[in-house]
Amino acid sequence: MTFDWGVVDDFMPRFWDGVLITLQALALGTLIAFALGLVWAMAQRSELKWIRWPVTVVTEFIRNTPLLVQLFFLFYVVPEWGPSMSPLTTGIVGLGLHYSTYTAEVYRAGIDGVPTGQWEASTALSLSKGHTWKAVILPQAIRRVVPALGNYVIAMLKDSPMIAMIGALDMLGEARGFSNETFTTEALTFVGVAFIVIAYPASLLMRALERRLVLK
Amino acid sequence: MMTSKFFFEWFLPGIWITIQVLVYSAVLAGVVSFVIGTLRTSRFWIVRFLAGTYFEIFRGMSALIMMFWMAFVVPLMLGWQFVPMFSGVLALGLTYGAYGSEIVRGALAAVPPAQREAGIALSFTRMQRLRRIELPQAWPEMVPPFNNLLIELMKGTALVSVITVADMTFAGNLVRLSKNESMPIYTLLLVLYFVLAFILTRGMRMLERKAKAGVGRAPEGRTILTRKLSPKGELDQARAGTAGAGGAG
Repeated sequence: MTFDWGVVDDFMPRFWDGVLITLQALALGTLIAFALGLVWAMAQRSELKWIRWPVTVVTEFIRNTPLLVQLFFLFYVVPEWGPSMSPLTTGIVGLGLHYSTYTAEVYRAGIDGVPTGQWEASTALSLSKGHTWKAVILPQAIRRVVPALGNYVIAMLKDSPMIAMIGALDMLGEARGFSNETFTTEALTFVGVAFIVIAYPASLLMRALERRLVLK
Repeated sequence: MMTSKFFFEWFLPGIWITIQVLVYSAVLAGVVSFVIGTLRTSRFWIVRFLAGTYFEIFRGMSALIMMFWMAFVVPLMLGWQFVPMFSGVLALGLTYGAYGSEIVRGALAAVPPAQREAGIALSFTRMQRLRRIELPQAWPEMVPPFNNLLIELMKGTALVSVITVADMTFAGNLVRLSKNESMPIYTLLLVLYFVLAFILTRGMRMLERKAKAGVGRAPEGRTILTRKLSPKGELDQARAGTAGAGGAG
């Protein structure tokens, strides 16, 4: 079998549509994951047991079960008693929720890495709880973990094709549709290579970022 | 939720298929990890380069796309038909093996250089050194990150359902299509996957305790059900770029 570039040419318009959807899912998913992860991480450090425990259980459950099944759950089960969402929205929520449980661990690692003296100094200066988090702890914690967070963005990119399984037309969704209509396979190969082409420079960027931010 | 006929004809075999896929791809990923990981510490730059290229390509690839590719493109290219499960196992094993190779490489690099030099001084061959000195000391370091990777692989096995391997997710989808009610089955699926993760974590924890006892160390304290990542682990993972596939300790 030979690789026919003509097929790829025909696929190109749909490919770019798919790239847009993938990037959109990635960007919004990242936003949710970063914000929600911070909430999880801070809740897990709460002094109140009834906040700490449920959050730990929920995040562990989400982290240890497959994203694909979670997407099916969000897409087919949630509308039975809740809001009905489009495939793309479901995908974004699913990706964001799943990866928020990973970023929570990253934040936790960063927060644990802040020396105890910083907390004590805040107490000595009688800073309020909110002020301590906002002005003392988080700026130091997050700086250290930016590369680790970035890596989860790349991981999320690689998991994003799963949203095609609930009908979102991302890169994989478009390639599958095109391949099924034209009985060709070039589109699938092309999308696979495209992923490597996007992910490799991104990981190089993360390494550069790490050198700048962490190893100082 | 489902008839007993369906339960015995689809769901139970589905669980069994999931476990089979998990075991086969874990074995393949393990072999790939050790082979590629060791080759990446080779003396010859060309070997290091080729093994490194393998790592970069499979790390950048999405496991799901790899699976479609193995199921629909490769058979056409080679001109023969794969059993769907074979495609799935191949895709999972090769992808997660690439992540695993970074764990092996990292652990080997963390063995103190004096150990290798002592091996050279005692005129061990390269293979002897690897087998008798470096791997036994690196092994305890590898177990916790391998635990994370194994859980990620377990989660990845759900992907085989999309290339028509009749695993438990596939059975779940069939229930949804036939019964038009999805709440109980997908909840059950999530719980089953979580139980599987729990069992795997327990098993790997035991392995870790044994491995660390072998070099006279105690395992780090961990909580009951979690596989929490350590701060150092998170940052190592950032360095290796294997986030999301559990490159952390």
